[in-house]
Amino acid sequence: MNRIKQKLQEDHKLLSIYFTAGFPDIDDTEKIITDLEKSGVDFIEIGLPFSDPLADGPTIQESSTRALKNGMTTEKLFSQLKDIREKVEIPLIIMGYFNPMLQYGVEKFCKKCQECGIDGLIIPDLPVDVYHEDYKELFESYGLINVFLITPQTPDDRIRYIDSVSDGFIYMVSSASVTGSTSGFGEETRKYFKRIHDLNLNNPQIVGFGIKDQETFEQATEYAKGAIIGSAFIKHLEKHGVEKTSEFVENVKALT
Amino acid sequence: MNMSYQVDEKGYYGEFGGAFIPEMLYPNVEELRSRYLDIMKEESFQKEFKDLLRDYVGRPTPLYYAKRFSEKYGTKVYLKREDLCHTGAHKVNNTIGQILMAQKLGKKRIIAETGAGQHGVATATVCALMGMECIVYMGEIDIDRQAPNVARMKMLGAKVVPARSGSKTLKDATNEAIRDWINNPVDTHYIIGSVVGPHPYPDMVARFQAVISEEIQNQLQEKEGRKDPDYVVACVGGGSNAAGAYYHYLDNPEVGIIAVEAAGKGIDSGESAATSALGKTGIIHGSKTLLMQTGDGQITEPYSISAGLDYPGVGPMHANLFRSGRGEFISITDEAAMKAGLELAKLEGIIPAIETSHALAIFEGRKFEKDDIVVINLSGRGDKDLNTYIDYFNL
Ligand SMILES: Cc1ncc(COP(=O)(O)O)c(C=O)c1O
Repeated sequence: MNRIKQKLQEDHKLLSIYFTAGFPDIDDTEKIITDLEKSGVDFIEIGLPFSDPLADGPTIQESSTRALKNGMTTEKLFSQLKDIREKVEIPLIIMGYFNPMLQYGVEKFCKKCQECGIDGLIIPDLPVDVYHEDYKELFESYGLINVFLITPQTPDDRIRYIDSVSDGFIYMVSSASVTGSTSGFGEETRKYFKRIHDLNLNNPQIVGFGIKDQETFEQATEYAKGAIIGSAFIKHLEKHGVEKTSEFVENVKALT
Repeated sequence: MNMSYQVDEKGYYGEFGGAFIPEMLYPNVEELRSRYLDIMKEESFQKEFKDLLRDYVGRPTPLYYAKRFSEKYGTKVYLKREDLCHTGAHKVNNTIGQILMAQKLGKKRIIAETGAGQHGVATATVCALMGMECIVYMGEIDIDRQAPNVARMKMLGAKVVPARSGSKTLKDATNEAIRDWINNPVDTHYIIGSVVGPHPYPDMVARFQAVISEEIQNQLQEKEGRKDPDYVVACVGGGSNAAGAYYHYLDNPEVGIIAVEAAGKGIDSGESAATSALGKTGIIHGSKTLLMQTGDGQITEPYSISAGLDYPGVGPMHANLFRSGRGEFISITDEAAMKAGLELAKLEGIIPAIETSHALAIFEGRKFEKDDIVVINLSGRGDKDLNTYIDYFNL
């Protein structure tokens, strides 16, 4: 069984962490992944850096620019992940934009993912209808789960459509924003979390965007199955380097 | 008529186009997609659009027979005078259309991207006209290079926001505008400046610019007793003035379509914006199109002396014209363009925008028959480029 699906069956709230591969240094990928697993994170999103990340705020943009300057490429990332399954069990997802995958060759990309033990993909600019028509069979034949986003503006019938195409979890974007917004969650957001919860979808929801600490994690997971932290962890890496990953995770998980 | 070079019902031109957008943009783009054609068909919309084009923009723009230029190159050349539009370029045809569209959609806030500042000025102008809030994203580097247009936008009441990400030029300004739209999904309309971006933008912008070829047909009928020229020539950055000039001729094989791209310092110099020669199929700003990129799929920074042609992609309509062979693509260096601009000034008393100068420069190498009728879309005037001309020629 796919490691993500297995993880989703566990009876607790899940914490996922995003980092940009190649940041702060080109060769940090393995250390960050192994440290995150040791710290008790539930799954990991590995960001494949892109020159023009449309859905990302300044923090992830900046880390992507730095990663590319450091020399990160699709091929390089796969070479770093080649033996990762000898070291970790944790579910791994690659998050990246579609153009680098298109250039690499979508099928070759999926094949490499499978060889490295990647469990799923998040591709913000691959729309659900294009995926459904052109890529679903391919992704599934390599054992990959593809994760779709929904936002507070997504109409209910589209959410149901996305739910029907999904097989794993739905990535619930917390607010109308790019990544890294820090405004916290108000009453509106809570209502949205509850509204989605009450739709009783087939796939569990994991909340992302704007989660930065223990408090926002708790709020996000009141109704949802879990939450994803990205920009806040990138900022932590920027400030403290790669040696203090467990501290960051402990702070988030303190009361859970 | 078989509209095979037009967009299909799924938003594609051949294999190019579509809407490769993050889900956050879906409600906005879908609202526009589901309504733009109906709104454009409304009588009240048509009337307002036409009235403003006539009374505010100054349309129809003349189709001028360039006698001395024609004599020099031994063929019959007409210039479609978009340089005489209010604000100095064709860009305003699109911003007039889109501001009316935004009003019909009930939007209160307008955002736009700009490179040279021409589209930013055209957007700020229509926002002033309609009393709407206007935010223009512009690369930090371009803000320094294009100070007069920044001042114009400010005079018109727009807020100019520097794009500081990536390479700090047009593509990054476009990224920032898209991010703004993600952050403001309800009350904001994004006025894209060319036939780029996710469907329905390329088609919508082309339809607003199509007034150019509609007028060419009428004017040529009057002057030559025939609606169709042998060739239509236009420069291509994103491709909006070209789309407008080609529009009514796309599916008429009797009319040759010539697209002129910026070769910068030469196609193989590493400093070029000749997307058809250097690009590969990829995705930029929500559209599948030809795109300059690294082997690893990272978007590269183009170069041209003209900021308006300095875009790493082309609109999907043009990608299809290139791939299908329907369009003839020519690239012109900085040097050849600058020379052609100066030549038009001397021969016809018209100082063209440097973007347009690229289209004028093809006559040195591309020969036409004596009785060919060649229409060049004179997309803009050169006032904004005076400093570049001054520096280049030590005027
Ligand atoms: C005068 C003029 N021509 C052409 C262009 C290029 O844009 P497009 O290819 O969309 O017509 C610009 C853009 O700023 C312009 O100002």
